[in-house]
Amino acid sequence: MPGLLLIFLKGKVDPNNTIILAIIVTSLATYISRFLGVMTSETVKEDSKVFKWFNLVAYSTLAALLGRMVVFPAGVLADADIIIRLSVLIICILIFILTKKNLVLPTLFSAILLSTLTSL
Amino acid sequence: MINSKVFFKGLKSLIGTRSPAIPLAACFVALGALLKDAGFNLQQSAASSFFTYALPGQLVMAESLLIGTSLLNIFIAVWLVNFRLYPMTVSLFPLLKHKSQPKWKYYLSCHFLAVSSWLIAKDSYKKIVKKHRLDFWIGIGIGTWTTAILTTLLGYLMADYLSKDLMIGLAIVNPVYFFCMMIGAMKNFAISLAVIGGTLFGPAFYLISTEWSILIAGLSAGTIAYIFERKSGSK
Repeated sequence: MPGLLLIFLKGKVDPNNTIILAIIVTSLATYISRFLGVMTSETVKEDSKVFKWFNLVAYSTLAALLGRMVVFPAGVLADADIIIRLSVLIICILIFILTKKNLVLPTLFSAILLSTLTSL
Repeated sequence: MINSKVFFKGLKSLIGTRSPAIPLAACFVALGALLKDAGFNLQQSAASSFFTYALPGQLVMAESLLIGTSLLNIFIAVWLVNFRLYPMTVSLFPLLKHKSQPKWKYYLSCHFLAVSSWLIAKDSYKKIVKKHRLDFWIGIGIGTWTTAILTTLLGYLMADYLSKDLMIGLAIVNPVYFFCMMIGAMKNFAISLAVIGGTLFGPAFYLISTEWSILIAGLSAGTIAYIFERKSGSK
């Protein structure tokens, strides 16, 4: 047990075990929110004020994540200039609106457009 | 145990012009390649999407492993970035509730809750009678979850063939898809305000705190939208 605690706190173990532990830790940290969500849902009615608040917080939290993903991306997306990222996003949203909410076209086009623009 | 007709109706949301398959594939292919870079083997990559199935958290995990942070730090960082799943679950599951459905189905199927499946369910739950909504949700969930696992494997296997420019291209697909879905969901003033507020607050609060930004931005923008809704008396 103390060994396990040490691994948890310091993570200095065989890399293969670290990966397995990281998968377990990540899955638990993720499932907790879903699990608590179902527990809370048991007492929340769909026409209640609490439900309305949760609904709006869900949309805004999601929007916050997306805003952060585009403006301060983690990983390779950071290598594309912010002006290019925002331009691609706006163009693709316009395509979405113009094609009467077709989602396949703007998503496919976004990958092609950004790959092309960054390779120039 | 499950109404197969409704289940397949949910599963069918994977095809058509509003399909989430392409954006899901794009981001999980990229994730598969990233996990290979982080030293994962094929089985571990599949297991990550199988058990976690929440992209931002998986990205945090891979990046944390690459820089060598502790498991406790990974836990906290993942919990914070995936905390959005809590309000998302609470804003969906009351709509799926029916006394004829056993509890375990709710606790098991909440694992399928991710942005894509949530947006599809919120967009289409009204078309299904309340008694069968949970089975419809399970259909959506199985479809999106399986796509995520299979494309993670694909990304892992294709990692050596993916150029950097292509990886950048794949990385934008997900935000584009989600933004389009969110704009489609802006059917009243309060939701529009929540979405716009969140989009602006997310990056703004990131400048103050990288880890807490999403949580604080979401809570504040959502609450502001709620207050406006209460004051204006709109739906």
